[in-house]
Amino acid sequence: MTQTHADYRLSQLDQLEAESIHIFREVAAEFEKPVLMFSGGKDSIVMMRLAEKAFYPAKIPFPVLQVDTGYDFPEVLETRDHWVSRLGVRLIVASVEQAIADGVVVDDGKTSRNRLQIGTLLNAIEENGFTAAFGGGRRDEEKARAKERVYSHRDDFGQWDPKNQRPELWSLYNGRIHGGEHMRIFPLSNWTELDIWHYLAQEQVEIPSIYFSHQRRVFQRDGMWLSESEFNPTRDGEEVQERTVRFRTVGDLTLTGCVESEADTIDKIIDEIAIARVTERGATRGDDRFSEAAMEDRKKEGYF
Amino acid sequence: MATPTDSSTETGAETGTETGAEERPSMDLLRFATAGSVDDGKSTLIGRLLLDSKSIFEDQLEAVEATSQSKGYDYTDLALLTDGLRSEREQGITIDVAYRYFATPSRKFIIADTPGHVQYTRNMVTGASTADLGLVLVDARQGLTEQSRRHAVILSLLRVPHLVLAVNKMDLIDYDQATYDQIRRDFTAFATKLNIPDLEVIPISALKGDNVVNRSENMPWYQGSSLMHHLENVHVASDRDLVDTRFPVQYVVRPKSDEFHDYRGYAGQVAGGVLKPGDEVVVLPSGMTSKIEAIDLFDEEIGEAFPPMSVTVRLADDVDVSRGDMIARVNNAPKPAQDIDAMICWMTTEPLRPRQKLAIKHTTRTGRVLVKDIQYRLDVNTLHRDQETKELGLNEIGRVQLRTTVPLLADAYSKNRTTGSFILIDEATGVTVGAGMINGTA
Repeated sequence: MTQTHADYRLSQLDQLEAESIHIFREVAAEFEKPVLMFSGGKDSIVMMRLAEKAFYPAKIPFPVLQVDTGYDFPEVLETRDHWVSRLGVRLIVASVEQAIADGVVVDDGKTSRNRLQIGTLLNAIEENGFTAAFGGGRRDEEKARAKERVYSHRDDFGQWDPKNQRPELWSLYNGRIHGGEHMRIFPLSNWTELDIWHYLAQEQVEIPSIYFSHQRRVFQRDGMWLSESEFNPTRDGEEVQERTVRFRTVGDLTLTGCVESEADTIDKIIDEIAIARVTERGATRGDDRFSEAAMEDRKKEGYF
Repeated sequence: MATPTDSSTETGAETGTETGAEERPSMDLLRFATAGSVDDGKSTLIGRLLLDSKSIFEDQLEAVEATSQSKGYDYTDLALLTDGLRSEREQGITIDVAYRYFATPSRKFIIADTPGHVQYTRNMVTGASTADLGLVLVDARQGLTEQSRRHAVILSLLRVPHLVLAVNKMDLIDYDQATYDQIRRDFTAFATKLNIPDLEVIPISALKGDNVVNRSENMPWYQGSSLMHHLENVHVASDRDLVDTRFPVQYVVRPKSDEFHDYRGYAGQVAGGVLKPGDEVVVLPSGMTSKIEAIDLFDEEIGEAFPPMSVTVRLADDVDVSRGDMIARVNNAPKPAQDIDAMICWMTTEPLRPRQKLAIKHTTRTGRVLVKDIQYRLDVNTLHRDQETKELGLNEIGRVQLRTTVPLLADAYSKNRTTGSFILIDEATGVTVGAGMINGTA
């Protein structure tokens, strides 16, 4: 950002930033107990950065909540800890393992950790009495998200009712909720995957190293490259090999595939995405592939 | 630990040579709202814009191809790309406003795609509220319909500054110029009754691609630009008000830290005008005056702030400022007012009636309103003003007199879409039930 603008124009990235900062401030002003859901992925890094800017030089006036699946990439947790300590925010970790142990969610051996996150998350929101939970969801990610509001109302079971959403006009957000309900807030609604990367390039902030090309021991399952891991035993016929890969999304490492890539800088990642022909979720998220409406179903239940 | 700082120093010179990592950050933004029914090919057109700008990915296209095939269609139904919710696919209708994104090298586009039939007014008003441009589709075989007029009326009420009428399905009338000319004349005549500062009428075929991205060879008689060319070049920067300074205070930043012990900043998004350090300003509604000491954008002091920047303003004097207040210029400030004359679009089944009490949100200010009078109901098809019916039903628009509990710091909507708009909220359910555009205040 330069000092003055001869033509008073803002780039689209600056406009998106301004809009998102407006949303952060609006929530901080109107909600009693907001929380920022932080996954350690690139979108939640952008969220942290925007929150930092929205309240500077004050600290971010709400805590950060991470749902730990127990299957998270160590590189992601490392990045999370750096951010939390740099910003001086309070981190709350809601552990899926703990939720299983406490009987909050049931691990039947068939349900993915990703899905068990839902119950864990809702429990954490309820226990802490959070009234607004910021998420990094973008409308370009998936068809069901394309219709979701910036302020997305959740009933007292944490569910989303797509057919009964409040109209959302201008930049006038309606944050009214009743006891037991909460609002999911999506400040990145209008950002695309490319916008996220351009912003990370512009801001020069730390992101998990697994986004960049690296050597990794991987095996192929259902057409995706998965990381070798103690949590992810190989099955018959699956052969572990070393490949040059990077991750396009980060999540539960038993489900999140990587792509073969030489992109070891953000600019190279941008180049790669600009010519990519498959959506980031379709390419590397086992959890979204099960049905055309997979995301819609999970969202209704209370997913991010 | 990898950081982009490391990576960019590694690559240095080659940054941005391939796909414009350099050029993209300077791209601007156009938000447009589309209107039309299932039958005039709106979804096909959006599908084509996404496809031709390479915003659709292989897996999305494959899913749609598979569905089209299993349904026995002759061609890929691009409309399937935009029907997001399962109940929509099941019923073959679009229920809600959907937002879509695509970009060309010079511009990023946000489409608010609004359904033609179901809840059309509520959804169109929502989609149009943030739009710079409205795109109305008509079927060339049908000509102007009640629905296309209605769409134009709503876009005009919402003060969407640019309008494009796309005359679609030209391929089905053998690219006939006379038909296009007739539709253009009919529409232009109708548009004179509305507030439409900029109108383009473009003959297209969404299915065949004529005049969508490239100028069509099938219509040599058409001298104008293709739809995409128009969307890329329409000038939106001057639609903002850069004269009348309006800064609704959203949040007071008080770090209470040792380093920033005395820092007190007023955070908000500039709604109008240009703010500069040194400006003499007035804080509303108190009327206290002060001077802008500095404008902060994150950790940087900047020389000017203008719409739609989100900044933090510091004042030279220790005046009392809180959320809901507004910073304006001493000689150019809205007069705090409690009597509001507005157009209201009603969005819920229980009708709006005189004496009703509701919550209102206007910029960063919230309060309550009493409905004093419903002056008339506007027939959005004929522009007839019905003064007999003293209520507004779902999806109806009318002129209403309100009295607010707190004074609003408002402008006419025709002057400023941010300080001239408000929403009405049902206090019992918490639901947004009305959208308002201010005509004037007293």
